[in-house]
Amino acid sequence: MILVAIISIPIVAAVFSAFSRDNRTPGILTLASATAVLGLSIRTVSMLLSNSGHVVVGVPHWLAVDALSALILLLVALVTFTASIFSIGYMDFEKSGGVRRYHVNFNLFVFSMLAVPLIQEPNLVWVAVELTTLFSVLLVGFAGTRGALEAAWKYVVLTLMGAAIALLGFMVLYWAAHHAGASRYSWGGLAVLSPKMPPVLLKAAFVLILVGFGAKIGLVPLHTWLPDAHSQAPTPVCALLSGVETTVVLYVILRLVPVVAPVQSIHADTWMAVFGLVSVGVAAFLLLAVRDYKRLFAFSTVEHMGIILVAVGLGGTAARESALIQALAHSVTKSFCFYAAGSVLLLAGTTKIASIKGLMKRSPVAGAALLFGGLAIAGAPPFAVFLGEFSIIRTGIAKGEYLVTGLLVLFIAIAFFAIMNHVSRMVFGAADDAEKALEAPRPLPNICVAALLLAVVPVALFGVYIPEPLGNLITLAAAALGHGG
Amino acid sequence: MEHMPPMLAHLNELAAGLFVVVALGIVATRQVRACLKFFVLQSFFLASSALLLGLAASSAHLMAVAAINVGAKVVLLPWLLRRLLKDEVYTRREITQVVSVPISLIIALGLIVAAYFFTLPWLDAVSATGACRINVPVGLTGLFLGAYTLANRREALPQLLGLLAMENGAFFAGVAIAPDLPLIAELALAFDILVVAFVVGVLTRAVHEHTGTTVVGALDELREGGGE
Repeated sequence: MILVAIISIPIVAAVFSAFSRDNRTPGILTLASATAVLGLSIRTVSMLLSNSGHVVVGVPHWLAVDALSALILLLVALVTFTASIFSIGYMDFEKSGGVRRYHVNFNLFVFSMLAVPLIQEPNLVWVAVELTTLFSVLLVGFAGTRGALEAAWKYVVLTLMGAAIALLGFMVLYWAAHHAGASRYSWGGLAVLSPKMPPVLLKAAFVLILVGFGAKIGLVPLHTWLPDAHSQAPTPVCALLSGVETTVVLYVILRLVPVVAPVQSIHADTWMAVFGLVSVGVAAFLLLAVRDYKRLFAFSTVEHMGIILVAVGLGGTAARESALIQALAHSVTKSFCFYAAGSVLLLAGTTKIASIKGLMKRSPVAGAALLFGGLAIAGAPPFAVFLGEFSIIRTGIAKGEYLVTGLLVLFIAIAFFAIMNHVSRMVFGAADDAEKALEAPRPLPNICVAALLLAVVPVALFGVYIPEPLGNLITLAAAALGHGG
Repeated sequence: MEHMPPMLAHLNELAAGLFVVVALGIVATRQVRACLKFFVLQSFFLASSALLLGLAASSAHLMAVAAINVGAKVVLLPWLLRRLLKDEVYTRREITQVVSVPISLIIALGLIVAAYFFTLPWLDAVSATGACRINVPVGLTGLFLGAYTLANRREALPQLLGLLAMENGAFFAGVAIAPDLPLIAELALAFDILVVAFVVGVLTRAVHEHTGTTVVGALDELREGGGE
């Protein structure tokens, strides 16, 4: 029942937002819905943990969560919560029309992202992933400028093209499962049947899905839309797109790991490590060249998705656990980074790195937030991303994968330098010619500051201390990635 | 599916052949409106194949799939697109392509051959017989030709039709290799197609209002080191 509630609440909020009369109600509805979903998600996780990690069933065969989906559910709920707070301030400040339209789309988008981890039937999961694109595309183009429309168009075309490839992958997967004697098509069932599936079909399905959904998480070479979409959308939507939408799609690829990893001839680990490394590498060098600070954080998402895939590709429970820590760290940190970037944008009115200087003097809150976010996402200790990256590298060395680990360290170092170089230029330095650009009409809305303060808590906390229940959840989820169920 | 009556098997081959022919039509045609017509025909042949396989296996499920396909893609989708994009669909006009039509057709033929050889190991792995041997290579062909259309067109509506043709390709293979997907999944997939058409239609309209054209290939402001 609780799972049905989780996916229905955003739909109800969307419907009521569509019919609300004034411009304040939709924001409050969205916040109320996000709060309820967060509460119920935490409740689901505690049910799961108190039952020693057993699956919580909503509707038998259709809706259920195990540890891995619970972790993703929690991330979506958490980031949605902070994004809905930031939305109120952002929409107020922008004074743009279409508040209702924004919130209807926002809630539908949240619904589709919640549906992905909860649904058990892989084809319906594919539909849910496609809906995440369709419900967010109008949010990407929300500003209605040439740039926003271009970003929305590239986004919809490239990701739906990837989705069509993945659809064939799911059909082939079904074929393989059917051949192995499956009576019911579900994530758990697939993992049990995989030794009996024809390896050729399984490999074809895996590669089609990896390439197809790889487009959606920004794997090189189909990453070109990502910096456009993730930078043109309204800030709270950027946080959702970069922070959790990518993670949600990555989850679908991770779901295949227990199915394909036991079959040696597929070399699934190698596929993931190579795709991941290429993405990290390309993103690291593109990070050096960016001139727009929202694109900076978007490219960093490509980098982090690559890091997580490399970690999963290293194989073994320790590597999978560190990959999930990294996914958690990335979601909370990246959403915070976008709130920080969005605050700067509200004040400065431009996303060009070169036109912003001496931010610290003009607005200590925005400056500190940007510096903090930059350090955290680049992987400086003692933040959460550092913890994730450190444990990935340690596992890589322990497994003797020196080449992969060495390249990963090199690329992470380049990305670190690139991000900090850009951020420090914006935050420090004399505010001479930037005086005009930063003539802030009003101070930052209090509600945006509140969202920043709330979002910073997990970023700072998870680096030094992961609460015990969360740690248990990650361990259980990593085990679920290992072998069946 | 393994033992189809010869008559139905031949008809299925015919549907598959026509499916490829109209896919080539989408690649080669010079008019927006004709593109849409070819797409509707392609969806019709997809539904025919589902119906024939359904008859062969006496599967009410596959017949329902055929009906859903006709309803969603042959009836509702063109209606929706015409409502959303009246000028775009009804103006008779020529559209440009990146690569010229004859060369496109040669590339398309290459893709058809490639699709056949790609799927050969899959078919051998399960020693497939009957409809699978037809539908899987033709499905992948549909996917390839759709992707090629997408890459080769600069206009909004033909790009959308390329996308949908890719999905048609995946479905064409699907009716043979995944014949008993839950009906709710089939309905969700059909619903999804309509949402695709709606969202892309709305977006196309916004692009048209903003830039006065639907040549989405001309949108190229956003890039690294660009002047924006």
